[in-house]
Amino acid sequence: MITYLDAIRSAMDEALGRDPRVFLYGQDIGAFGGAFKATKGLATKYPGRVMDAPLSEDAIVGIAIGAAIEGMRPIVEMQFADFSTCGFNQIVNHAATLFYRTEVPCPIVVRLPSGGGPGGGPFHSQSMEGLYAQYPGLVVMTPGTVEDAYSMLLDAVTLDDPVIFCEHKFLYNHLRAEELPKETTPIGKARIVRHGRDVTVATYSAMVHESLAAADELREDGYQVEVVDLRTVKPLDTDTVLASVARTGRLLCVSESFPWGGVSAEVIARVTSEGFGLLDAPPQRLSAKDTPVPYHPNLWSSHRPTANAIASALRRLLEM
Amino acid sequence: MSSDRGKETATRTEYLKAYRVMLTARVLEEKLSSLYRAGHIKGGVFLGRGQEALSVSVGINLRKGDIYAPLIRDQAGRMAFGDTALDTLRTYLGSQLGSMRGRDGNIHRGRPREGYYAMISHLGAMIPVVTGALMARRFRGESGVVGATCIGDGGTSTGAFHEGLNAAAVEKLPLVMVVANNQYAYSTPNDRQYACADLLDKAIGYGVAGHEVDGTDLGACLEVLGKAVAAARSGGGPQLVVGRLLRLVGHGEHDDASYVDPALKAAHVGRDCLKVAEEFIVASGWATPEEIGSWRVEAKSEIDVTAAKVLREPAPDPNEEEWTAVSDTRLQDNFAA
Repeated sequence: MITYLDAIRSAMDEALGRDPRVFLYGQDIGAFGGAFKATKGLATKYPGRVMDAPLSEDAIVGIAIGAAIEGMRPIVEMQFADFSTCGFNQIVNHAATLFYRTEVPCPIVVRLPSGGGPGGGPFHSQSMEGLYAQYPGLVVMTPGTVEDAYSMLLDAVTLDDPVIFCEHKFLYNHLRAEELPKETTPIGKARIVRHGRDVTVATYSAMVHESLAAADELREDGYQVEVVDLRTVKPLDTDTVLASVARTGRLLCVSESFPWGGVSAEVIARVTSEGFGLLDAPPQRLSAKDTPVPYHPNLWSSHRPTANAIASALRRLLEM
Repeated sequence: MSSDRGKETATRTEYLKAYRVMLTARVLEEKLSSLYRAGHIKGGVFLGRGQEALSVSVGINLRKGDIYAPLIRDQAGRMAFGDTALDTLRTYLGSQLGSMRGRDGNIHRGRPREGYYAMISHLGAMIPVVTGALMARRFRGESGVVGATCIGDGGTSTGAFHEGLNAAAVEKLPLVMVVANNQYAYSTPNDRQYACADLLDKAIGYGVAGHEVDGTDLGACLEVLGKAVAAARSGGGPQLVVGRLLRLVGHGEHDDASYVDPALKAAHVGRDCLKVAEEFIVASGWATPEEIGSWRVEAKSEIDVTAAKVLREPAPDPNEEEWTAVSDTRLQDNFAA
């Protein structure tokens, strides 16, 4: 069985193997293999191309940008997505603006181990896709399956633009697949992971699985829930969501990030303005609570949307 | 750590070449200032008056294939590295034909494919970027390449300066880090900026070579930058060069710099490096004041003609602008929505 984390490691292994321009740079990723072991064994297999960096997120991203200008394809690891705030300036002001300003592309991949787990607390649990998606020039990927973790990371390396790759820590070892995919869904396309006729859930990353569990729960009540995995939040595949809403007439957006703005707000804004006539009920959203991500597992599990919370939200929406 | 001040041993040819670049940069900046005052330039104008000797010495010691990420007051260094009055004027005046096509302006210009990087405004940000570029060159097996970038006294207080220089030192990359200690960061004097006795002291902290130089003395600047660039080129790792000088203009042309201590203006550090160089040239018998005067007239007339031409060039047209910030064609359809 292959885990989500194995898939990420395999993608980097394959990228290093097939493209001499690829190198990895980040904290503890060399001989140690990374805080989550995403790069385990790669430093030995690719000597000199998997490099430990100082505790300097700004410099890590800046170095990736400079290397990319000179034709390399760096993949950098932020130890936790939360720490990317220390590299935020280079990401949003430099990597994101480079092509528009200078016509020189910036093919870097910034891997963000994202999302919460029990005991992670305020500074090791954040979901930052909405923040980065706000900036022109960035691509933001949020794979929710083992297959996507693999193929989307390989896609990210081939893209000429900076990619913020939000990989979910909770899925690292929980999620397993039989084998790695041979085919890939086109970049930027959403996928319907469960077909249904009564209500659409648009979601991504770990929330895909909570939403699928909620859909199972509602099946017992006789409802068929359609689940759309956005896969890439920027670009956002509004067409697939609109087509789904055209079939179901109802939309719930689920995300693990903070509630103000963000991906779910963007999806609802687009569906409302482009597909108002398709809706039989006001579109709803379910996000994390508007507090820092709490430490204690009891608090954490109530802070983020869960299958139960999603099921309740769906029942309310179906009764509207 | 070496103390490299004072000696004026640069050859006549190199000195005069550097002086002519400084002079052109000075005359070009005077033109930019008058275009600004006449309302032709949107946004700010940021000049390097007083910093030309240090700046030109960086650019002139680099060669094709090197990497140069200049900062706000490096018009002279930029021109020594190959930037032109034409592209400077186009970028300031927002010509569609300029390297930034109206998408960015003034000192935020460059041609990264030619190793001439376009700074972002956030100070210190170019240091890790040049470091990464040098890492890429090393990956490709290129040796003998140098990357140079510049910062001011204020920029040394940024996290990016610390992170970038430290990372370059860890990797022992051929980075030449030039600090123009011009005594003020916008209006903030050095005693509100740092508490070490001398910015040069930072070199030992980062484990890099340190050089200090009198930034008002072109001969000294040429010599010290020549040594620092050569040391980096031959595998000596990062080189920190601190030039002491005074910014002889405001932060930008909107700023009258009334906060500058008159005592500094009257002191050695307040000397105008261009005048000092002129006096040295005349005293050495390398040119007469009349010849120098004719060089200035020549530079001014070329720049006036260029400015007149650029003022007639088309501005960017919002209806023809592509309005996409991504380069990959696989994404552009998706983003178009």
